[in-house]
Order: sequence, then structure tokens, then C-alpha cells
Amino acid sequence: MTQVLDKPVQLGNPTVAERTARRRALLEWIAIHSLGIAAALFFTLPFVFVVLTSLMSDQQALTRDLVPDTWEWGNYTKVFDTPGFLTWWKNTLIYAGLGTVLTVVSSVPVAYALAKFRFRGRNLSLMLVISMMMLPPQVIIIPMYLFWAKQLDLSGTLWPLIIPMAFGDAFSIFLLRQFLMTIPNEYLDAARVDGCGELRTLLRVVLPMAKPGIAAVALFQFFYAWNDYFGPQIYASENPGAWTLSYGLESFKGAHHTDWNLTMAATVLVMAPVILVFFFAQKAFVEGVTLTGVKG
Amino acid sequence: MSTHTLRAKRRRSALRTVAFLSPWLIGFGVFFAYPLVSTVYFSLMKYDGFGTPVFRGLGNWAYVFNDYPLFWPALRNTLWLVLVMVTCRVVFGLGIGLLITKIKTGTGVFRTLFYLPYLAPPVAATLAFVFLLNPGTGPVNSVLDGLGLPTPGWFTDPAWSKPALTALALWGVGDLMVIFMAALLDVPKEQYEAAELDGTSAWQRFRFVTLPNISPIVMFAVVTGVIQTMQYYTQPLVAGKVASGIIGGSGQQFEPGYPDKSTLTLPQLVYNLGFQRFDYGSACVVALVLFALAMAFTALLMRRRGGLMQAGD
Repeated sequence: MTQVLDKPVQLGNPTVAERTARRRALLEWIAIHSLGIAAALFFTLPFVFVVLTSLMSDQQALTRDLVPDTWEWGNYTKVFDTPGFLTWWKNTLIYAGLGTVLTVVSSVPVAYALAKFRFRGRNLSLMLVISMMMLPPQVIIIPMYLFWAKQLDLSGTLWPLIIPMAFGDAFSIFLLRQFLMTIPNEYLDAARVDGCGELRTLLRVVLPMAKPGIAAVALFQFFYAWNDYFGPQIYASENPGAWTLSYGLESFKGAHHTDWNLTMAATVLVMAPVILVFFFAQKAFVEGVTLTGVKG
Repeated sequence: MSTHTLRAKRRRSALRTVAFLSPWLIGFGVFFAYPLVSTVYFSLMKYDGFGTPVFRGLGNWAYVFNDYPLFWPALRNTLWLVLVMVTCRVVFGLGIGLLITKIKTGTGVFRTLFYLPYLAPPVAATLAFVFLLNPGTGPVNSVLDGLGLPTPGWFTDPAWSKPALTALALWGVGDLMVIFMAALLDVPKEQYEAAELDGTSAWQRFRFVTLPNISPIVMFAVVTGVIQTMQYYTQPLVAGKVASGIIGGSGQQFEPGYPDKSTLTLPQLVYNLGFQRFDYGSACVVALVLFALAMAFTALLMRRRGGLMQAGD
């Protein structure tokens, strides 16, 4: 961003009008940035209070104090020592990692066909993809649960959540399709003229150009699985060995009902990876948000 | 080219399309079409997961609308959330988007700080807010008390639980901020310059230049906001559970909606009926109500001019 407020440059005597304009610009700058700081406090203070409380002693966390008397870094080791916490980490990484890979692999060809093939029923397919994307997961949960639990006997595991990701995820298909639409057809035609079949065109020409879109989809899907509460609640609640962090966190609060310090430390540990990943992949993320919203 | 090879070519191209679409075609059948039909079927059955389903006609529908005590409170809450929470989020998101386009110093830092809360995992963010808004010892009430202001009961008071959830939703307004920011930067500069030459006030420029330009995005934000409200599940459920203090290992005993049904939403009813009361039939009735509402607003979204359905080439 360029600096708009230039330092007043004294070239001869500024007229009264110029001086008023400058003063107004300065006042506007101060007003805007004060608002900005107020907003920044609103967005950051919750994080600050959570971190501060996570470092208090269990007694102090129950008081109105805002800053720890003694900094109890040991709270974090205590969280890791909680039975199950490491298992939840492992399960979350499997769910999010495997789910993301399956989603990307299965969604890319579908999105490519929807963006670049001409066929009858393409608009209908796209409408159905959008409908699936907007469908609250609770709408179909009863038959899905009966299918996975009664017919396939997979309740108590995360497989009912992972396996469907091998069959395309509507949101990912939609986002990728939006991204692939922005790739000019000339590139595809050139590859076809060179004798590439559609699969080779997709792998050699389109995929390298679609990297930002794929990165955005992978991130969204990883975070979706990381944050998912309803899925593990339905399929994994009966078996603590299959819990994920988002699901286990709530029961952590249950087991430590008065220990707000430990609960907040666990909260920090669930939030931190997401925020770290964001810092490394900020651009892809923001691109994904705008792509689904504005360019749609 | 003979018609024979032409037909063969067409068949090959159709096969190729089906091959590329195949993961989703299977997914559509197994994870969308089949369970939807099945949901309609179960909505007419009495079934608790054991034995065989028994035909009950419209009995489940009558039960949900007339006798199930949580249905109407949940629908009222949904209406409140649509009117208040969605409106607040759109207005606040637009405000923050405007602010970030005006900030000239440290823009990147501000943008990141404003965006981060959107990423906080919902369960973690909800736990954090239940702690922050703890009526007795939470930091927010400590500060309010210090300033001599009233200290509401937030998540423990039926009158304040939805405003507390709204505060949580405003904290995570980063998605809307990014969308509005992109839209605001797309407004042609010349229109502002022309308006400024006409001696218009800042409010008039917002009203007659900015708003008409970004109105499709405002519409998009409102409709997706309504659809998100239909899916609003984790935050109200976790807030209710944690604030009530009833979270044991299984969590089966918790009646959602604490305090006093004020945080009930429709998706929670599907869970309550299906997985706590084992009345799968009635759960499917609520699921179909939810389906109808979500699809009505999705249709609205798809009909939007130049909308999601932007044609391919």
C-alpha cells in the first residue's frame, strides 16, 4: 500500500484553502486509524485473554484478574498429559490429512469437466453441486447414520466421515470450477492440438496453472475437518479412541469443569495450528474466499 | 467424415465426460439422492433403530408441529437469528470492509488481525466466548463492572444468550470483510471523482455510488448468511452445554437449548429427536423442514443476476 498522507511540503506559503484541506486529511487519517485500532482490539483481545488465562494458576483463573500473578507454563504440559489428548491430535490429523487428499483427487476431474467440457446436463449438474453445497448436513444424517452404523458397522470410527471425501466434495468442486473457468481455453486447445488427450491436458497443462485454486481447496477442506464437530459427534462419540480435537475439547471442559486455565490452554492448542497454517498460506486462503463469493 | 465415425466420436466424448464426473456421480447418488429419498420415507415411519419401521402416515408431522415442545422455539430462534444476527454480520462486515479500504498505514497487519478470528475452530471460539462472557468472573463483565455498566448474564440468561452468540458471530466476520473489501476495490474510481466534483458529502457518495455498485454482493452476503443460519449448530449447542455445566462423558442427558430453549436451532432438533429420543421418523420431519428452507434460499441465490450459475464456455 502506498503512503497517501504525505508530510506537508513547505513550498512557498500554502494558501488558506490548502492548509484546511491538509488539516482535514490529517484529522481523517487520525479518525480512521483510531477506528482501526478499536476494531483491532475487538478482534484480538479475546485471543489475549484466552492466552493470559491459560497461564494462570487454577485458583486465579476463577477470579476476576486479567493478568497472571505467576506464569504457569506447566499448564500446557498438563494438557498434553491428559489421557486421550494425543490420540485426538492423531485422529484429527488422519481425518483432516487423508480427507484433504481424497477430496482434492476426486474433485479436480469433476470441476474440470464442469468448467471446460460441453455436454448436455452441465448446468443441471452445476445446480445440483450448489444444492449439495448448501445442504445442512443434518438433513440426511438419519439415513446416513443407519447406512454407516447398521449396514456397514462403522460407527465408533471416523471412516464414515473420510470415505465420502473420495467421491467429490461439493464445495471443493464448486470452488475449483470457479478457478478453472479463469484459465483461458487457448492453453487447452494448444495442448489438444499437440495430441494430448483430456487426461494429459488436465495433468500437464491445467494442474500446474490451477495450483492456487487447489491450495485454497486443500486448506478449506483441512480446516473443515479440523473444525468439524457434528460429524465426530454422530459417528465417534461412543468411542473416545476415535475422537478428534474439536470434539474432545468440549469433553475436556467437562472433565476439568472448574479448571478454566487448563481448558483455555487446550483451546489455545486447538486454535494454534490453524493460525500457523494460515500465516504460511494467507494468500491462497484469501483468494479462495473471494473466488467463491465475488467472482461467482 | 462418415456418420459412423462421428457417432463413435460422440460416444467417446460422452464416455469421457462420465468418466471425469464419475466420483461425483457416485457421491451424488449415495450421499445425496438416496438419503434424501430415504429421509422422506422415514418421515412417514415410526422407527427407533431396532426392529422394522412401522407406517405412521403423517403422525410424525402432526407430532412435530403440535406436540414436540422444542420445534416452535427453535423456529422462532431461527427467525431471530436471520433478522438480527445476519443483519448485524452484513452491516458490520461491510463497515470493517470499508474501514480496511480507508486504512493507509499498516493495512496488511490490520487485515490479518481482522481476519484471524474467522479461522478460530468453532468449538474453541465458543469455549473462549463462554469464558470471556462468564457472568461472574469473565473479563468482559469485569471491565463492564469497572466502568459502572450493567453486567448481563450472557450465555446463562435467555434474554442475552442470542446477543452473546451474535457477538461471537461478529468476531468471526472475516469472511464477509474479505468479500466486501474485494467488491469495494472494484467500484470504478471515476464515479467517486465525478461525485466529488459535484460537491457531494461522504454519506451521499456511499449511498449513491458505493451501495449501488456493491448491492449484488450485499445480496449474496444476506442470502448465504440465511443459509448458514439454517446450518447453525456447533456454536449454540456447545455454548448451551458449556454454560449449563452439564457435560459428562456421553453428553446424552443434555437437553439442547440452555438457557430455557433460547439457543435451540433446527439442526439441533434433528440430533435431539434422532440421537437422544431415538425417534428417527420425527427427526426426518424436522430434517425435511430444514431442507425446504435451505433449498428455497439456495434457489434465490442461483437466480441472482450473473450469479453462481455464470455460464461456462
